[in-house]
Amino acid sequence: MTLKAVVNNVAPMTASKDVVVDIQKMSLTFQTADGPVYALSEVDLTISRGEFVSFIGPSGCGKTTLLRVIADLERATGGDILVNGVPAQQAREQRAYGYVFQAPALLPWRTIESNVTLPLEIMEISREERIKRGHDALKLVELNGFEKKFPWQLSGGMQQRASIARALSFDADLLLMDEPFGALDEIVRDHLNEQLLKLWARTNKTVAFVTHSIPEAVFLSSKIVVMSPRPGRIIDIIETDFARDRTLDVRETPEFLEVAHRVREGLRAGHSYDD
Amino acid sequence: MTIDAATLPTAAAGPTLWGRMMKGQTGPVCVMLIGLFVLWYVGAVFLNMPGQIDRYARAKQDWTASQLIEATLAQDRPVLPAPHQVAVEMYKTIFATKITSKRSLVYHTWVTLSSTLLGFGMGTLLGIVLAVGIVHVQTLEKSLMPWVISSQTIPILAIAPMIIVVLGAIGLKGLIPKAMISTYLCFFPVTIGMVKGLRSPDHIQLDLMRTYNASRWQTFVALRWPSAMPFLFASLKVAIAISLVGAIVGELPTGAQSGLGARLLAGSYYGQTVQIWAALLTAAFVAAMLVVIVGLMEKRVLERMGVRA
Ligand SMILES: Nc1ncnc2c1ncn2[C@@H]1O[C@H](COP(=O)(O)OP(=O)(O)O)[C@@H](O)[C@H]1O
Ligand SMILES: [Mg+2]
Repeated sequence: MTLKAVVNNVAPMTASKDVVVDIQKMSLTFQTADGPVYALSEVDLTISRGEFVSFIGPSGCGKTTLLRVIADLERATGGDILVNGVPAQQAREQRAYGYVFQAPALLPWRTIESNVTLPLEIMEISREERIKRGHDALKLVELNGFEKKFPWQLSGGMQQRASIARALSFDADLLLMDEPFGALDEIVRDHLNEQLLKLWARTNKTVAFVTHSIPEAVFLSSKIVVMSPRPGRIIDIIETDFARDRTLDVRETPEFLEVAHRVREGLRAGHSYDD
Repeated sequence: MTIDAATLPTAAAGPTLWGRMMKGQTGPVCVMLIGLFVLWYVGAVFLNMPGQIDRYARAKQDWTASQLIEATLAQDRPVLPAPHQVAVEMYKTIFATKITSKRSLVYHTWVTLSSTLLGFGMGTLLGIVLAVGIVHVQTLEKSLMPWVISSQTIPILAIAPMIIVVLGAIGLKGLIPKAMISTYLCFFPVTIGMVKGLRSPDHIQLDLMRTYNASRWQTFVALRWPSAMPFLFASLKVAIAISLVGAIVGELPTGAQSGLGARLLAGSYYGQTVQIWAALLTAAFVAAMLVVIVGLMEKRVLERMGVRA
């Protein structure tokens, strides 16, 4: 039985089949030695199937924490989180999402191929199937031919692509990405943004994408979530309607600049740069 | 000082040759060795000199400086035997004696080596099992770790006879008790190293496994165990060397008839310093070989794990 089937079996239980992530009045407070840290406060958000949602905001505003709550890597201290209509923990146990971390986090003793097929191995999928799916995933990120290389033999950008392929390999419908291109230079980043957009347009996956770059957020997203710190909260949600098959040229258009402007205004209104 | 004396002529031959020699490992190692031998000979002459002068005096014999030096390096039971005396003894007992003979150092080495390896195997296993338990079960960390550490604060010389006697009382003699002493010594570095190694994966790597809903066992196999490999081998190098020490120490309290420890003991009973030194150097050589073998295994394993050369 494939994972997709599992997810689909569960989906009809919810009110709307098309809501992938449903967050209501969610708060998260970390208890630390220096007292409580209010990482997220009263967050309301829904992500529908097929959306590309970016989270933008200054560092420390809880973007990573929000993504980790969706992934059930962190437990909210208040509110409700449903993923695919079920609590986040259950969704994780059903392997509902692929997660791309800020660093590639490839296992250095595994080849690129066996890194990419690691999730399939954990899911106890047969060897032939693993190789086939690993191959497909590597093709999606244009890394075919690098199967037998070890991570250190690849550039930073290629390593991050491999980690994206790993998140794609088991074909989860939801992709959670935490500043995946944050450590890469501008040119590589532009290229990967274009590739990611193509991938999204082709596969119709739902993507939640954390960034702190305004152009990146505007270029990639169908929905931009602007956040502000202390406590981390959502201050604006901006829908865009650029063509799904847009190219980097869209960044020169007035519509693009207008959206970028609104994002910038939102960030400013959140007093995010007053210290 | 002695090193300087040995190196001066070479240095005069030209800085480039000297530079090239010292770049690799061979140059420095050779210099060290030469220095050591010079020191050893000087030491032998000085330490054996009083005894030799006494002997001349008792025999009412005249002697010259060169005669004296020569004689100090050729005594039967010197305080410190000269390197060549030890070398001759080692040649005789290793190559010129049938290895089945009780006089063969090969035979004695094998006796000690077999219990070294058995103890090392058991100790490694025990060390790994303890580490896995400590890493995975929280109460074990609190309850076990203090015992693990305090076990090593008891001097092995105090505990070795007890182990031998207790095990002897329940009918275990020979190989097993000696191996147990090795085990007792060598599980410790393995446990400490493996606890560290099994905990070495990054948070992000552990989170990754969590996103796949990997079981603890899967996380262990795919992440913790491979991450721990460099730590394991670092520990094994220490463990194999002290395992040999354990086996030798285990031979002392019983007055064992065979093994390198027995040779050391017999040598000291009869003042056979040359025999003691031969056994000592053989033990050192065996220890070095064992560490080298573990090092080679490490290299192979890490190479297969794709670690960049
Ligand atoms: N495990 C944790 N323990 C305590 N505080 C944390 C922890 N993780 C994050 N925080 C705090 O929560 C806030 C939000 O962090 P984060 O989500 O990483 O922000 P962002 O990704 O937007 O930069 C920060 O103030 C951070 O210091
Ligand atoms: Mg972050």
